[in-house]
Amino acid sequence: MEGVEHVFERMVHDHQDRLYALGYALTGNRHDAEEVAQDTLLRAYRALVRYSPERIRELKQRAWLHRIAVNVVRNRNRRPGPRTVELNGSEQDAAPGPEARALRRIELDGVAAALACLPERYREAVVLRCVQDLSYAEAAEVLGQPVGTVKSNVHRGLRLLRGENDERFDS
Amino acid sequence: MSVSTADLKRLGEVKAPAGMAERVLAGAGLADEYARFDTVIGAVYVAWNRNGLSAAARSRSADEFEAYFRAEVRRAVRPGTPSDEMAHRITDELSGKRTLRFDLRGLTEFEQAVLRKAREIPYGQVRPYSWVAREIGHPSAVRAVGTALANNPIPYFIPCHRVVRADGVIGNYGGGGPEAKKAILALEGVRVQQLADLARSGIRYQGVKTTGVYCYPTCHHGRRALQRNVVWLHDAAEARAAGFRPCKSCRPAAA
Repeated sequence: MEGVEHVFERMVHDHQDRLYALGYALTGNRHDAEEVAQDTLLRAYRALVRYSPERIRELKQRAWLHRIAVNVVRNRNRRPGPRTVELNGSEQDAAPGPEARALRRIELDGVAAALACLPERYREAVVLRCVQDLSYAEAAEVLGQPVGTVKSNVHRGLRLLRGENDERFDS
Repeated sequence: MSVSTADLKRLGEVKAPAGMAERVLAGAGLADEYARFDTVIGAVYVAWNRNGLSAAARSRSADEFEAYFRAEVRRAVRPGTPSDEMAHRITDELSGKRTLRFDLRGLTEFEQAVLRKAREIPYGQVRPYSWVAREIGHPSAVRAVGTALANNPIPYFIPCHRVVRADGVIGNYGGGGPEAKKAILALEGVRVQQLADLARSGIRYQGVKTTGVYCYPTCHHGRRALQRNVVWLHDAAEARAAGFRPCKSCRPAAA
């Protein structure tokens, strides 16, 4: 019989990178990304301690954690007060690697910033499908939307990211 | 800027920053913490979490202990401040009071059984490896018992030093080698040299004529017998033949 602490420890180790990437893509910066990932995992823990062993065993961890993270980000965005604004590349690298790594980092910050400019519904769909590599069905489950809605939001989001105008934008 | 799906895919490959998992576990109250304690056996680094003590080592520095912990226990650990109660329990434990709990997750059932059994050996007493093997129901697994004790993550507190070889050789010790083992046993009042001399001359047990009971030489039940009433015995058969029964406390033979 495995304790909930053990389940959670493994969950943290298995999903921390995915949740950090998700937070990064949804918020557009690394500082908020860590806050989102930490907040998501702590909420997950508070839920796990109330769940029955059967419910924990049957949990689809990836989809479940993604759903929590999407809600964490939505709540942050609705929060009053100034949001953290980060200048791309201004953050100190903890372990400065070779030049190539630093360049790649700046490039990724650019991608995340571009995502941050999308309307929320497009951003969520694009991030879950194209960044996190969830299937349309999984993304639809996470967002609580029909698969068709997710598909069209991904499509429109990608067109905007490619710099193409979408005449139906915000219609 | 124009963003391609390849760019998005690469964004999904970023790694969480170092230490994030540790911060999450600490936020949930699950992280292991450690501190240095000055004890009767010198400075010891001890780690604990909500389940109990999780590791102990006489490391030379905090960095060395953290490295040891990550390699052996394979979890994150950070410096912490023990509660007063925890600090008292730690010092009490090293002078023979058993009040601590241990976190042995990550060890096999066999290893856990060996360590729990070692903990039953009272302060100031020793038992052979074969005793531990027999007591946990694996009488032929003497070597495996030795390995499990050698990998004890919480030496001093789980007293693997109280398990010695039956032939009088003090046996190896993960907590600092045979010399450290002798020193800790001497601190507990075990007459290490006398014990080794007895074992080397083939003596395993002491019988007491007035009670008709035979014990391991360090068992406290036989310690108050007068010297003239003590009989030294080589094995269980000799003890039985002389009319002795095994002590119910130290259990020198299967009942």
